[in-house]
Amino acid sequence: MPLQHILSAAGPQAERIVALWWLTVGICGAVTLAVLVAFVLALLRGRAGTAVGKVPHVPVGVAVAVSTLGLLVLIAASVATDRALAKLPTEGALEVEVIGHKWWWEVRYKDLDPQREFTTANELHIPVGRPVRLFLRSDDVIHSFWVPNLGGKKDLIPGREAELLLRADRAGTYRGQCAEFCGAQHAKMAFFVFAEPPEKFATWMQAQRKPAAEPAGELERKGRDLFVRGTCASCHAILGTPANGRKAPDLTHVGSRSRIAAGVLPNEPQALADWIRDPHKHKPGVNMPAHALPKEQLQALAAYLGSLR
Amino acid sequence: MNPVLEKTWSDPPGFLGWFAAVNHKTIAKRYIVTAFGFFVAAGLLAALMRLQLARADNDLVSNDLYNQLFTVHGTAMMFLFAVPVMEAMGVYLVPLMVGARSIAFPRMNAFSYYVYLFGGLMLFGGMLLGIGADTGWFSYPPLAGPEHSPGKRVDFWAQMITFTELAGLLVAIEIIATVFKLRAPGMTLGRMPLFVWAMLVTSFMILFAMPAVMLASSMLVMDRLVGTHFFNPAEGGDPVLWQHLFWYFAHPEVYFIFIPALGFMSMIIATFARREVYGYPAMVLSLILTGFLGFGLWVHHMFAAHLPELGKSFFTAASMLIAVPTAIQVYCWIATLWTGRIVFTTSLLFTLAFFFILVIGGMTGLMVASVPLDLQLHDTYFVVAHLHYVLIGGAVFPLFGAWYYWFPKITGRMMGEKLGRWNFWLFFVGFNVAFWPMHHLGVQGMPRRVYTYPAEMGWEDLNRLSTLGALMIAASVLLFVINVVKSRKPAPANPWNAATLEWATASPPPAYNFDRIPIVRGRYPLWSSDPVPQPEPTHVTGLAEMTREALATSVVDAIPDHRPAFPNPSPWPFLGAVAVTALFIGTIFTPWAALWGMVPVAVAITMWFWPSRKETLEHLAVEKRPSERLDA
Amino acid sequence: MKLLDVSGLPSYRNGHHSLMWWGTMGLIAIEGTVFALAIASYFFLRSQSNDWPMGAAPPDLFWGTLNLAILLASIWPNHWTKKAGEDGDERRIRIGLVVCILFGLALLGIRVYEFAALNVAWHDNAYGSIVWVLLGLHTVHLLTDVYDTIVLAAVFFFAKPIEGKRHVDVAENGLYWYFVVYAWIPVYAVVYLVPRLPS
Repeated sequence: MPLQHILSAAGPQAERIVALWWLTVGICGAVTLAVLVAFVLALLRGRAGTAVGKVPHVPVGVAVAVSTLGLLVLIAASVATDRALAKLPTEGALEVEVIGHKWWWEVRYKDLDPQREFTTANELHIPVGRPVRLFLRSDDVIHSFWVPNLGGKKDLIPGREAELLLRADRAGTYRGQCAEFCGAQHAKMAFFVFAEPPEKFATWMQAQRKPAAEPAGELERKGRDLFVRGTCASCHAILGTPANGRKAPDLTHVGSRSRIAAGVLPNEPQALADWIRDPHKHKPGVNMPAHALPKEQLQALAAYLGSLR
Repeated sequence: MNPVLEKTWSDPPGFLGWFAAVNHKTIAKRYIVTAFGFFVAAGLLAALMRLQLARADNDLVSNDLYNQLFTVHGTAMMFLFAVPVMEAMGVYLVPLMVGARSIAFPRMNAFSYYVYLFGGLMLFGGMLLGIGADTGWFSYPPLAGPEHSPGKRVDFWAQMITFTELAGLLVAIEIIATVFKLRAPGMTLGRMPLFVWAMLVTSFMILFAMPAVMLASSMLVMDRLVGTHFFNPAEGGDPVLWQHLFWYFAHPEVYFIFIPALGFMSMIIATFARREVYGYPAMVLSLILTGFLGFGLWVHHMFAAHLPELGKSFFTAASMLIAVPTAIQVYCWIATLWTGRIVFTTSLLFTLAFFFILVIGGMTGLMVASVPLDLQLHDTYFVVAHLHYVLIGGAVFPLFGAWYYWFPKITGRMMGEKLGRWNFWLFFVGFNVAFWPMHHLGVQGMPRRVYTYPAEMGWEDLNRLSTLGALMIAASVLLFVINVVKSRKPAPANPWNAATLEWATASPPPAYNFDRIPIVRGRYPLWSSDPVPQPEPTHVTGLAEMTREALATSVVDAIPDHRPAFPNPSPWPFLGAVAVTALFIGTIFTPWAALWGMVPVAVAITMWFWPSRKETLEHLAVEKRPSERLDA
Repeated sequence: MKLLDVSGLPSYRNGHHSLMWWGTMGLIAIEGTVFALAIASYFFLRSQSNDWPMGAAPPDLFWGTLNLAILLASIWPNHWTKKAGEDGDERRIRIGLVVCILFGLALLGIRVYEFAALNVAWHDNAYGSIVWVLLGLHTVHLLTDVYDTIVLAAVFFFAKPIEGKRHVDVAENGLYWYFVVYAWIPVYAVVYLVPRLPS
């Protein structure tokens, strides 16, 4: 199943649009074909020059009537689909806040009890079959949240909050990416949606609510100390440690994520160390500065972050 | 050839004379060549983008350069090529087609050209200096605002927009005045060539749409340079205001490009089908209807922003209904071809490509007009495919057809038909190879304006195909240039046996256009075989030849009305444009430039209008005051 | 070849017969669109805000209202001058243009006080930005038309002999002044009265 495909629908919102797509393609295709046939016939007749001066019998009114009728069908289908999209039942919906940053996604799972809320980045886990209400905001410029397999996009506009309704009916991993040009690294502002069976999702959620695990080994401990005392903590937060920066992704459970840097690199120790040393090699223009640390320090940091599962 | 008239209406010779030229044909030729230059430059930027995207994770160009490439490509194609070239074709052709000595306000015309030229140089100059605009041709704040785009890049962009739009607006006024007041006697509104109608509708659209983007770009510059807060949400501004103002202009802008092309279509098809265009009244009404509906579509660029539900349905319906007038036109052209005797010239081939490419672009337009589909397709490569099918199929192919068609008239030389066919087929095939795959890429989820993509997305093969097509287009444009350079064969006055007035004079036309202004009796004056009834005159006499005198006629029926004197050549429009440019560039560096920059502008404009004693005496020698009017 | 002799036609005519009228109307259409869109922007920003005029005091009425009165009063000399242009009476044209210039200078002088009476700076907030732009736009029109009138007057005083088509220029300059006057009425209402409405 393609990662990021409009016609590969994994939920009701995307499915409705796929149905409308095929209806529209059908009508438009038929009209195009009719025009081309008439055009080719006209060329053949005109080349022969047999009917000079004679006006065709079909009046202009017919052209207007046929095109208007086709258009009315399309308009009606479009409006009906639009209505249906807005009517996805929202009972028991999971509520998640998504905040766009240059060039990553902050994801906050809401809860009536603020103690149970938690924050992650560049990944959205959702339970299969349960509607999700996304509250979309932006911290800087306009971004657009888009997961083609699940539905249409919605802009994140500074100073406003938008809402988007989604539901995944099929378990799977779906890729999304920013769909509104947002500057230097618009191209590398991706994220992944993991649609999971409810039990698996509940387990994940439980784990995410916990503070970060204590370092297990010497290397990890060294990594944590570097992180907390170094410049990392001024931008990143790790729950359960003194690091509580808010400018950059929350790393409390960074080890559980599949990618780093908004989909750019796999979450592996070598890639992590590489990224910390020189993020601009992979994503020129990002806000994170380069850290020319000794190799063993990079390894320690990578090991620590990797252990935060 | 009338040597007295030629001397009277010619532009001054020599290097300094070059800057004083005001003849509409001289200025239009400069306009067309300049616009073609920008077309080639912006096309090369596109070729570079295609090379970058031909491979996944490519690093041929940096993200910073790539963002400049698509920004300058889009900006230049829309603001510096498509709209100006259509207006330039109008500046050349409209006075000839309506049988006039000159365009109205010829000095303003010269001024508009220089303003346009300097604006364009500003955009490309910025890019060469490494400060090319990089926020997209739509430059949405807050990305384009002071906080997220520090430096001068966006300032250059925004001032360039204000600038070139000024030129576009002035030309629109000239064309409206020329069409309404300078038509040859007898050319009633109902007898105007369809291209003239198209330019008239376009010019009215420009008057009411372009001010929006000038206002928006001025607000953006003020936000950036003097600390206003129009688009700053922290201080009560709203980025969505920019989107409304921008698209209120930019959607009609598509029609500034498309409607003149519809005019080309009607002229070229009539000539090469050897018959009048079927359904003239329906064609005129369609043009006017397109002009009105063009204003009801802007919101369809903002479906993914936040809008009330009812509004969205309205804009969906309006966006789809605009297909109706186009359908009528397509129907009438097919009827014309059906009943004609077709001569397949290169010009006609380029024109006929419309029926394949634009029809597909129109269909994909219906798709993106539908809110739910647009929520998926918006800002993907599907839209890139759509807009190129519409703009290249609906405007650039007819424009090349128009160039092949009017090249003999403008230069007095014939282009090669054989090379022309290579040019056409390479363009046609290359175009579809370049842009058809983009529909698929969009559906496969590839967003626009990304400088690269990971290999795992599976977009590489189609992208490579598209790059191949882009290179074919580049080769085809090169063939066109070769064809222009190689053209030698002298052109007769009417090589295609066409029917409208521009073919009634020599190729290239003399400075004064017509030895005698013709009197028009039908829509296709050169095809009329009916003998003129005996007492009826065929041409006009009695205009002064020693001074620039034209014939103004009444708006609806083109009845001779008065004989306005036209201004002589002057360097002040050029100097005025220099002064305005200095003012605009100056404001980028200090807001006070708006104040002191006014002084040279005021001086230049004053000198421009200040009557020359010699010219005044010339005019007075032939002047008749209205009270002395005799019946003509 | 039978020819139509047009040598008896006049060299210029007034009103919509003249090219200058169409040029002026074109400018009015453009400028009118700018005003309409700037006013629409004002209401758009207002609709997005729950506190209008964003904590500022509404502009003081005195100077703006005085300018409204003077602008309306200027219709009379403007009409008189326009008529003189249409009649081609150069003595009346010279007098009329001078009177029009005096009106324009008075308006510009008072306009300075209007900016001071706005009670907000352009860089304070979006409300301040849009009212400054509205007032600024109208001021630019005042300024250009006054300057235009000065140049025209200079032509009539110093660039003799005068061609008849300059009379048409005077008449069309008067047409443009009407636009400057009538554009002020909605701008005045928006700048001075709307902030006094409950938001």
